[in-house]
Amino acid sequence: MGVEGIGARVVRKEDKRFITGKGRYVDDIKLVGMTHAHFIRSPHAHAKVKKIDSSAALKMPGVVAVLTGQQLVDDKVGNLICGWAITSKDGSPMKMGAWPAMAPETVRFVGQAVAVVIADSKNLARDAAEAVVVDYEELPAVADVHAAIKSGAPQLHPEAPGNQVYDWVIGDEGATDAAFAKAANVVKLDVTNNRLAPNAMEPRAAIADYDAAEEHFTLYTTSQNPHVARLVLSAFYNIAPEHKLRVIAPDVGGGFGSKIFIYPEEMVALWASKKVGRPVKWTGDRTEAFLTDAHGRDHVTHAEMAFDANNRITGLKVKTYANFGAYMSLFSSSVPTYLYATLLSGQYNIPAIHAEVIGVYTNTTPVDAYRGAGRPEASYLIERLMETAARQLKVDPAQLRRTNFITQFPHQTPVIMAYDTGDFNASLDAAMKAIDYAGFPARKAKAKADGKLRGIGVSCYIEACGIAPSKAVGSLGAGVGLWESAEVRVNPVGTIEILTGSHSHGQGHETTFCQLVADRLGIPISQVSIVHGDTDKVQFGMGTYGSRSAAVGLTAILKAMEKMESKAKKIAAHALEASEADIVIENGEFKVTGTDKAIALPMVALAAYTAHNLPDGMEPGLKESAFYDPTNFTFPAGTYICELEVDPGTGKTSFVNFVAADDFGRLINPMIVEGQVHGGLVQGIGQALLEHAVYDANGQPVTASFMDYAMPRADDVPSFNLSHTTTLCPGNPLGIKGCGEAGAIGASAAVINAITDAIGKNNLEMPATPDRVWRTIHAA
Amino acid sequence: MYQTTYHRASSVDEAASLFGKSSEAKFLSGGQTLLPVMKQRLASPSDVIDLGKIKELIGVEAAGDTLTIKAATPHHDVATSEAAKKAIPALAYLASLIGDPAVRYRGTIGGSIANNDPAADYPAALLALGATVKTNKRSIAAEDFFKGLFTTALEDGEIITAVSFPVPAKAGYAKMRHPASRFALTAVFVAQTKSGEIRVAATGASQSGVMRVGAIEAALKANWSPSALDSVSIPASGLLADIHGAAEYRANLVKVMAQRAVASAS
Repeated sequence: MGVEGIGARVVRKEDKRFITGKGRYVDDIKLVGMTHAHFIRSPHAHAKVKKIDSSAALKMPGVVAVLTGQQLVDDKVGNLICGWAITSKDGSPMKMGAWPAMAPETVRFVGQAVAVVIADSKNLARDAAEAVVVDYEELPAVADVHAAIKSGAPQLHPEAPGNQVYDWVIGDEGATDAAFAKAANVVKLDVTNNRLAPNAMEPRAAIADYDAAEEHFTLYTTSQNPHVARLVLSAFYNIAPEHKLRVIAPDVGGGFGSKIFIYPEEMVALWASKKVGRPVKWTGDRTEAFLTDAHGRDHVTHAEMAFDANNRITGLKVKTYANFGAYMSLFSSSVPTYLYATLLSGQYNIPAIHAEVIGVYTNTTPVDAYRGAGRPEASYLIERLMETAARQLKVDPAQLRRTNFITQFPHQTPVIMAYDTGDFNASLDAAMKAIDYAGFPARKAKAKADGKLRGIGVSCYIEACGIAPSKAVGSLGAGVGLWESAEVRVNPVGTIEILTGSHSHGQGHETTFCQLVADRLGIPISQVSIVHGDTDKVQFGMGTYGSRSAAVGLTAILKAMEKMESKAKKIAAHALEASEADIVIENGEFKVTGTDKAIALPMVALAAYTAHNLPDGMEPGLKESAFYDPTNFTFPAGTYICELEVDPGTGKTSFVNFVAADDFGRLINPMIVEGQVHGGLVQGIGQALLEHAVYDANGQPVTASFMDYAMPRADDVPSFNLSHTTTLCPGNPLGIKGCGEAGAIGASAAVINAITDAIGKNNLEMPATPDRVWRTIHAA
Repeated sequence: MYQTTYHRASSVDEAASLFGKSSEAKFLSGGQTLLPVMKQRLASPSDVIDLGKIKELIGVEAAGDTLTIKAATPHHDVATSEAAKKAIPALAYLASLIGDPAVRYRGTIGGSIANNDPAADYPAALLALGATVKTNKRSIAAEDFFKGLFTTALEDGEIITAVSFPVPAKAGYAKMRHPASRFALTAVFVAQTKSGEIRVAATGASQSGVMRVGAIEAALKANWSPSALDSVSIPASGLLADIHGAAEYRANLVKVMAQRAVASAS
């Protein structure tokens, strides 16, 4: 592998600038003549906008403009879109309520913008915003899915009667009913998957700069996918054609999905920069992040699992209500459908599955993909069900899983996904060994003597990553393809630039992507740089989400490298007067195999660019690009086991041990992989114990600051015991499955299974706060 | 934040004088509440008078049976003070649990008790230990100082200079931290004075702010042990309730934290 090649624990190149405060984020950028935007947001969950009086504000110092939703309408700026079309079981398309970037008539969640003040400074804009008088007529609001679908509930959109976005089904209902009719045992469970606020460390931000002479816009923005942002902004919002819009996503401080989407603020900034003739900057604060970053999860589910007399699963029925908030965000529709219900088979051989998902509008912040996106909801449901089943059937929970594991691959599930490979017994074995599963009863007994309730919880997750084969997602309603592109530029002096459509906002691409190049060419990673996040520099690409950057993005780089290497070998063979087939690449040199004849990479590069002595007919230069479209999803899987103690006096949970045995296929940089797993596990534990975005019955957010929304801190989580088992992904040449979301997908079920084991009661919702756990312990 | 004028006072007299000259001044003593509130534009003082650099307001001193913490002493200094740890270890321990390290380096005892957040840590210690709040005008018994949510006996412009704590025979503090804010979801300070009086104060529990807990005091008076509280029942009425803890839960915590405080008392 070499010291910096694939599999090496290379220290992250990008950390020097991050740790020394030299990162360059959107808010660090200052343009000449720049103005500042402050949005005026609805304090009401549902209201008519009767009148906006900005006359006083316009007279205030430094105020450049006050722009309203009606002006957006007048300028024919398009509404926000949802890019994945879902069809209901009755054949009708999903019901889309219009989402203007600023509301001209009706606001439908607290925090929705109705107007924006543009001023010389952020403070002046904020001062003036307080002088804008918005006359609202309050309307009844609804925040809860069950309340929203009741007859007589407040209605959000005329397009969506009953507040229903869609009623979608997957699987074979008849076969599933038949399985239940013959079942020896049926296990039932109701679970809520709690709503989360993503809380990336860097709030969203945008700077829009309109060049009137060129009729050209530049947008600096906190995006995980700048090309997709440009495509959507151009194709749907009538702001600028693609060749007149450059989107730059510089250093971005975390995304977790929340920065995939196109939000109103960057659209308005672009439009406003042309209107006022000066650059416009908007940087959200934490309150705005809580109110407007797309939330995650928020499912209410009833599920039933049928077993035969041998404890083999014969069927699964699921009915889920998904709360979408007030509007359909960019990829929201796909999350509780194709990213959720297609994973309901888990790691298990389930012959028949039927799932129904009802999407519901409520007067809350829109919900979309958040780390894991649908897969955590599926994994949590299945793993809670398995634990519940083990208790009901009185079998060991690990053994019940083993009895039902899929062991033959490829495996076609009844819900679209075809698992390519895996070894679920291997990861379960590794995790059980790491936590000394056999020794748990003795440890539990000892804890009991100390007045503590000790529990152990297993979670065997599987996810679909490497998103995604374009043809497959297209057939399911996706509005885009999900390939990735890459370009390899070998400079005339032999250094290398990799241009990638992937975007790093914490993932460490500047290191891992270089490791592939180092591995193939035998050069140090210092000779390679990664260019990303700028639509003027990088050809069209799809960005980073769904654990796709290594499985898809890095494979695209590999494909471009292979093309480049092929040409370089021809040049080397020509220079060395050897056969191309005899050229091998080692330690930065092109060698004639079995001889001491060699030419160094810089000399090959120089030959390519001087073009003095190239093979006949060869074009000068050494630069290749590739577009790689995966043939299947990848299927990372693993087992997490959590051991913890509950204090019966307070209901407080304390971790004893947390082990993770993951199968991610090939690892490029195990250190970075471990960091990804750590972060994911903390988010999963955060969902299980702490985090909850709460609304009151009138749609007022209760948790719009860190005083109320509990983010996990370092002392809330244990040290993790990580290990890896490996089956290489057959779907891509590097054998990579992806590691970015696993922790967040698998952790929460392990935690709740352990708590419910500790307290001996099965009905416990997330977040399992000390209050909830204490009440559950003491409930009759 | 709205525009404001910042003053760094070098003495208590100067601070009082600056206050008198300003239209709507606020004293700053650590700013761990005031500054976030100002940033959210929920407070707009014309002048901010910083007490944090006044030398006569900083320090921890033990003399005889009294431990004195000067008003602008940061929590970190109290938590790590040898004098405090020797005289009233439960008090130093309490200071070590306030907020997070950043808060403890900035926040001060004077700032904390002047704000009188119903879930702040220090008020429980003052009330249970029978402390005296010293100001630039008078001395106020803790009993008379805390007047309900965010309300104290301080007059306009009055400056806390120190808090003096009688060293108890035994004291203990137990805190259930609010998972988000790290204030007290409920915390209890128990003290046995050298004259044998039992005083117990709970913070984070009552809708009226820090409170004495008579039922627990009576039980501990009869038998100073955690098990003495097994049969005590704390009514939930009048207790705080939010998404992190129902009133019944907080009532339970008053008892459980009291038991743990007694168990840890030294």
